[in-house]
Amino acid sequence: MNPLATIGRGFLAILATAGRISMFAATAVSHCVRPPFYPRLVLRQFLEIGYYSLPVVGLTTLFSGMVLALQSYTGFARFSAESAVATVVVLSMTRELSPVLAGLMVAGRVGAAIAAEIGTMRVTEQIDALTTLSTNPFKYLIVPRLIAATVSLPILVLIGDIIGVFGGYVVGVYKLEFNAATYIQSTVQYLERVDVISGLVKAAVFGFLVALMGCYHGFKSRGGAQGVGAATTNAVVTASIMILVANYVITELFFAE
Amino acid sequence: MNDTPTSAHPKIRIRDLRKSFGSKVVLDGLDLDIADGESVVVIGGSGTGKSVLLKCIIGLMEPDSGTIEIDGENVVGLPRSQREDFMRRFGMLFQGGALFDSLPVWENVAFGLMAAKHMDRSDARKVAIDKLAQVGLNEEVSTLSPSELSGGMQKRVSLARAIATDPEIIFFDEPTTGLDPIMADVINDLIVKCTRELGATGLSITHDMASARKIADRIAMLYQGRIIWAGPVADIDNSGNEYVDQFIHGRAEGPIQMAVRRG
Ligand SMILES: Nc1ncnc2c1ncn2[C@@H]1O[C@H](COP(=O)(O)OP(=O)(O)OP(=O)(O)O)[C@@H](O)[C@H]1O
Ligand SMILES: [Mg+2]
Repeated sequence: MNPLATIGRGFLAILATAGRISMFAATAVSHCVRPPFYPRLVLRQFLEIGYYSLPVVGLTTLFSGMVLALQSYTGFARFSAESAVATVVVLSMTRELSPVLAGLMVAGRVGAAIAAEIGTMRVTEQIDALTTLSTNPFKYLIVPRLIAATVSLPILVLIGDIIGVFGGYVVGVYKLEFNAATYIQSTVQYLERVDVISGLVKAAVFGFLVALMGCYHGFKSRGGAQGVGAATTNAVVTASIMILVANYVITELFFAE
Repeated sequence: MNDTPTSAHPKIRIRDLRKSFGSKVVLDGLDLDIADGESVVVIGGSGTGKSVLLKCIIGLMEPDSGTIEIDGENVVGLPRSQREDFMRRFGMLFQGGALFDSLPVWENVAFGLMAAKHMDRSDARKVAIDKLAQVGLNEEVSTLSPSELSGGMQKRVSLARAIATDPEIIFFDEPTTGLDPIMADVINDLIVKCTRELGATGLSITHDMASARKIADRIAMLYQGRIIWAGPVADIDNSGNEYVDQFIHGRAEGPIQMAVRRG
């Protein structure tokens, strides 16, 4: 066995998959702008992807905001910088934690559900049946999910920002005994528009990636229940990895000097 | 071998169709003609490629080579959008039913009417309920989800869906499998009605010889990737072909060897 050959083969396989996913994404996006459109299905996916994800996103961001306040307070006390707590909470939430946590949570919840549903439709020939009934599966199944996820994740993240900051406020004011007015003032003092906007851009990209991976793996699934199971796992794993990579790249684009 | 049909312009003309999956050859130079308004039944052992043949004709699978002409136009290798125009003229009953489990029964049946014929929902619903009645399902069933139906009921719903748009060419992949003998005969009658009375061209697959005798004008037998015999349904008992004889009488002994180990 030549180890270099093994590495090379693995690398080529990754490139081939990346190519297939890009082709799939390009096809899907091109169908977004060509009629017929299915507004009813887009609405249903909004409900499914956005609305029903509210509780899980709300809970994760609430506790993240709370723990951030606590951690930064005890950490910063070592060099008497406790006053930075509010700023740390709001910047970390808007720039990083809210989009990444919401993205990962939605990847687990929605990405898996999309892959399972579309995968089942594939192996039970429902996707073939769509085609024979003059309906393009890309337009009917994939476009509504991509649109709904891309639009609803920024909204979720905005709500998550607010809840996370509120969580920090609760811990700051009721546990760490900051003055409420001072805490709010230092929350807004150093916050810039780009902090929030970069988080929302991340959210839109993450939402697209989650729906894309769910659809791609579901659409390509083969071989019964086992194939659908594998598609579900792959959708969540690839979406999570892509979220973390994209997170770095977008941060670099926004904030690197 | 294949009998040459008298009609000069068959509705569907298949020549030298080949399809393999990896090293497994499924269709191996298949020829078949289907005249306009004719009902052809393809018989053959399990796994010989009957469903693959149907999927190649309807455009769900791309054959490796060969031609499939519909009204004289070769559809193999046509770009997606043109292929979709042909699909509007087809109806298909899938072997596994393939009902949309996210939609109620009536929307399954009305799906093609709304998608291809742009009928509005309330009109499509009326047609759907009428088609459901034709397959022996009453209005109460129409609001159920497909997962709430028995296997035979699902089969009938998918039959109703396949014929709902009054297609020119209808493909039935094992329409009577899983039905009781009486309901099977009702379905046979319905297929006969669609093809003989409404003039649609039909291509059916079945293992059920009683059904084949009833719905077919012509029977074709698929074996090892080719049509080894085709002829009018009246000739099936004197085909002079030992493969056909073995198949229609369901004998384990004969030229067709099943890949099972005995004793
Ligand atoms: N998508 C596919 N990928 C790989 N092999 C396939 C695929 N579809 C069918 N096959 C193979 O092609 C062969 C023919 O399958 P097909 O479904 O056409 O059989 P059939 O004649 O319809 O059988 P049955 O009467 O049991 O339905 C089988 O051996 C099957 O394993
Ligand atoms: Mg079959």
